[in-house]
Amino acid sequence: MKFDTPAGTNPIDQLKVIGKPTDRIDGPLKTTGRAPYAYERHDVAPNAAYGYVVGAAIAKGRIKSMDLRDAKAAPGVLAIVTAENAGKLGKGSMNTAKLLGGPDIEHYHQAVAVVVAETFEQARAAAQLVRVDYVRAQGRFDLAEEAKRAPLDGENSGEGSAAPPIDRTGNFEGAFKAAPVTLDATYTTPDHSHAMMEPHATIAAWDGEKVTLWTSNQMIAWGKNEVAKTLGISKENVRLDSPYVGGGFGGKLFLRADALMAALGARAAGRPVKVTLQRPLIANNTTHRPATIQRIRLGATPDGRLTAIAHESTSGDLPGGGPETAVSQTRLLYAGENRLTAMRLAVLDLPEGNAMRAPGEAPGMMALEVAMDEMAEKLGMDPVEFRIVNDTQVDPEKPERKYSQRQLNECLRIGAERFGWARRNPKSGQVRNGRWLVGMGVAAGFRNNLLMKSAARVRLDGRGVVTVETDMTDIGTGSYTILAQTAAEMMGVPLDRVVVRLGDSDMPVSAGSGGQWGANNSTAGVYAACVKLREQVAVKLGFNSADAAFADGEVRSGNRHAKLADAAKGSELVAEDSIEYGDLGKKYQQSTFAGHFVEAAVDSFTGEIRVRRMLAVCAAGRILNPKSARSQVIGGMTMGLGAALMEELAVDKRFGFFVNHDLAGYEVPVHADIPHQEVIFLDEVDPVSSPMKAKGVGELGICGVGGAVANAIYNATGVRVRDYPITLDKHLARLPAIA
Amino acid sequence: MKPFTYERVNSPGQAAQAAARTPGSKFIAGGTNLLDLMKLQIEAPRHLIDVNDLGLDKIEKTGDGGLRIGALVSNTDLAADKRVRKDYAVLSRALLAGASGQLRNKATTAGNLLQRTRCPYFYDTNQPCNKRSPGSGCAAIGGYSRQLAVIGSSDACIATHPSDMAVAMRVLDATVETVNPAGATRGIPIAQFHRLPGDTPHLDTVLGRGELITAVTLPKPIGGQHFYHKTRDRASYAFALVSVAAVIQKDGSGRVAIGGVAHKPWRVEAAEANMKQGAKAVTGTLLAGARPTQDNSFKLPLVERTLASVMHEARG
Repeated sequence: MKFDTPAGTNPIDQLKVIGKPTDRIDGPLKTTGRAPYAYERHDVAPNAAYGYVVGAAIAKGRIKSMDLRDAKAAPGVLAIVTAENAGKLGKGSMNTAKLLGGPDIEHYHQAVAVVVAETFEQARAAAQLVRVDYVRAQGRFDLAEEAKRAPLDGENSGEGSAAPPIDRTGNFEGAFKAAPVTLDATYTTPDHSHAMMEPHATIAAWDGEKVTLWTSNQMIAWGKNEVAKTLGISKENVRLDSPYVGGGFGGKLFLRADALMAALGARAAGRPVKVTLQRPLIANNTTHRPATIQRIRLGATPDGRLTAIAHESTSGDLPGGGPETAVSQTRLLYAGENRLTAMRLAVLDLPEGNAMRAPGEAPGMMALEVAMDEMAEKLGMDPVEFRIVNDTQVDPEKPERKYSQRQLNECLRIGAERFGWARRNPKSGQVRNGRWLVGMGVAAGFRNNLLMKSAARVRLDGRGVVTVETDMTDIGTGSYTILAQTAAEMMGVPLDRVVVRLGDSDMPVSAGSGGQWGANNSTAGVYAACVKLREQVAVKLGFNSADAAFADGEVRSGNRHAKLADAAKGSELVAEDSIEYGDLGKKYQQSTFAGHFVEAAVDSFTGEIRVRRMLAVCAAGRILNPKSARSQVIGGMTMGLGAALMEELAVDKRFGFFVNHDLAGYEVPVHADIPHQEVIFLDEVDPVSSPMKAKGVGELGICGVGGAVANAIYNATGVRVRDYPITLDKHLARLPAIA
Repeated sequence: MKPFTYERVNSPGQAAQAAARTPGSKFIAGGTNLLDLMKLQIEAPRHLIDVNDLGLDKIEKTGDGGLRIGALVSNTDLAADKRVRKDYAVLSRALLAGASGQLRNKATTAGNLLQRTRCPYFYDTNQPCNKRSPGSGCAAIGGYSRQLAVIGSSDACIATHPSDMAVAMRVLDATVETVNPAGATRGIPIAQFHRLPGDTPHLDTVLGRGELITAVTLPKPIGGQHFYHKTRDRASYAFALVSVAAVIQKDGSGRVAIGGVAHKPWRVEAAEANMKQGAKAVTGTLLAGARPTQDNSFKLPLVERTLASVMHEARG
């Protein structure tokens, strides 16, 4: 189905199933431990051997020699694969460094061997006997230092965040110089780790030339291509199956070492092999969100209208990598005639950077929204009003492009009212509650809505059961449920008459899970397939498909009605289609918006920061399932709080690695850090986005939250910290003196 | 993990003898730290002696009005004990500030004292670490040291002891009771139990070979208000940046020990003479001779401010 004109009324608008807060249909499987995650799929390969990955002990250099004798002789060892004996390997187009290193080492903990043994313990013990002699080479590990010689570089993250190397509208320098009120500030964000609950894991089994990977991956079709490319085999010989994913956040968008090592180990051992990346390996072996240094300059007239906006960001990556697109939202979010964005990319020999939940916007908004707060203060304006004054309903760089929907002002106004913003003291450092300094902060939330082709197959059987099949993934987001809701709405059956099968590369190729594009596109794909199935049903039952209504397990038209199941009596009906988009994405700017409000308290003695309340008011098109959408947003808010207050991969600039590479050292919020959270979705439908009229929410929740936390802390203390995470040591010395 | 042998023993004396008999042996109780370290091959015992059946899981009154805490009393049970909550509240609060509910259910009193540092370089076997591999050097010095020691450290090691419980025991003047393979028992004042790193940072305590902790005794209650303030980056399940254990009397006198700053719970009795003059006066003496790194120099004012916070609370 081609979608190239805004959607009119369609069966989804009935909202009998769609739009209702709905429990996850896969919930009982998960809460009872019966949802099979990759490493636990004992049924598919009961005789699997265990692989254990050896990571490089240096960041840059080469392997002089490897001594595998003791490891090979260790009990239970079946095979050891290294670059020397792995055979010729290609490199996936989405990988920057090779997944199996040697002799050259590109980053710390790059895999250099996989040891395969009968048991996990034997594989681990033998892996500890692998002796590698390295020659270290000089590496570049200090972003601030390398930033001095970083060239301009553009990037499209492929995740809805993009910017050219340099982008100018009007005359920024002139306008900034002429502006009566200006701000010029630099902010930094550190490297972040996805820290998902389920580590990367894969079971691989070969059958002749064909390999099957039961894995944990967000993007099945990408993975299939990359496996084929890396192993040098044809795509037809690769199958991926990933029905359950225990969190990804972008860390599982790509082929990673678990899958390749399992495939290589299985080939060498001549039997299925399972590999999970041990937790202390993940931070350095896999991808991470790159650190940024961001300079923002704003110029405004005294009435608060922005006349000049510049956002420049520098990040680093391995040779051949790309920049973090932290300036992307600044091209779109606020009005202003004179604009400049630029990105620079330093070469670093740290592990490779790549997408993490809302790449670009997540760190970019952490800087921009603090700059807006600082500017509002300079202008003597309320920060909510300052944002509202600078609203735009068109793409500021290309005013002929309207936003399909933009209710940022409504988000901010409603949020301010619901949060009690009027009680905020505009002067910082004034509000005390016992030992606590208390403040409120606001930030806009912004994230683009992306349109991606997505296909699905739907079946109707003689019992009236509708089965949805697509390679879409559910990474904890609720895909199973919204796809079932879509099919139920379209076919007029209750939710429990729908079965959803996901994550298998033998199924039609979906949009996959990334860039908050999964929900709108994959449900639109199911919509398209259901439209076809409805036509088949109508023909079978002798209805004119155009006027047939599907409801309560029946097909109705005029006085006639027939049972839906009867259409499949004798033989199952099968329909397959995809949603494909025309140029609506070019004609209109499609984005999602939020107003984030945070109340934070700072211990006046110790400087400890505890967030007390959070509110997000979101405008993101039709909300398909308010229950799982809320879960997505509060998850994003939690992650944004982590980024604001504690998350940082600490770089050892001498040896070139992330030091705190386990979950004891890399702190993410625990329950005690998470206060009262509230989410409000504005009533919105966006007919430009898809027949579903929905948009993404999975990343909107994180975009801007960090800035709102930072602004609340500033309002509490009067101390502005521009380097994330805002840990107590960064403001302690500037807090009010203690009695 | 290296293969190891395993045995259970029936008495503390037997345990100590078994340890003396088998080189490379370790006692195991809750295993919450040892098993993790074995999986990473930071600890590689050849033999484990399971001491869980020794009956050392009781909390009893001592003759002089104190408490004797069996080595195997779980952190959970110790924190919940009515006598501890009433008379030694600083200990209960310190315990509850540590780890998680699940870990505290398994972790024991003796095991808590014997847990090893959480220095990230100690945990990464690719990195030099004098504590893990004597003579290999210290990667933490000049590296990422935000969490590490500011005082009592050496050129060989800047690790901290991670326990909260031990800091409270230090302020309470606890005594560690042990038995050695010859059957001799001794009581080691907690002040002398943990060592400073010096040039032998691989030795955490003064325990001799095969010497087994049987109990920790607390002297009779000293009254006062009890505080344990653990200052950290997140609200729970994080090691202390600094922590303050304090017992403060009505007249403002009192005792203070601090955690997160040294290779052992840190207390300088002479500093306590300044309690009535306030936090600055105490920390001046308490932290005299500190050698922080650039990453962790904030811990010095943070100790003062955390102590000030406790004193503020004590004044009500």
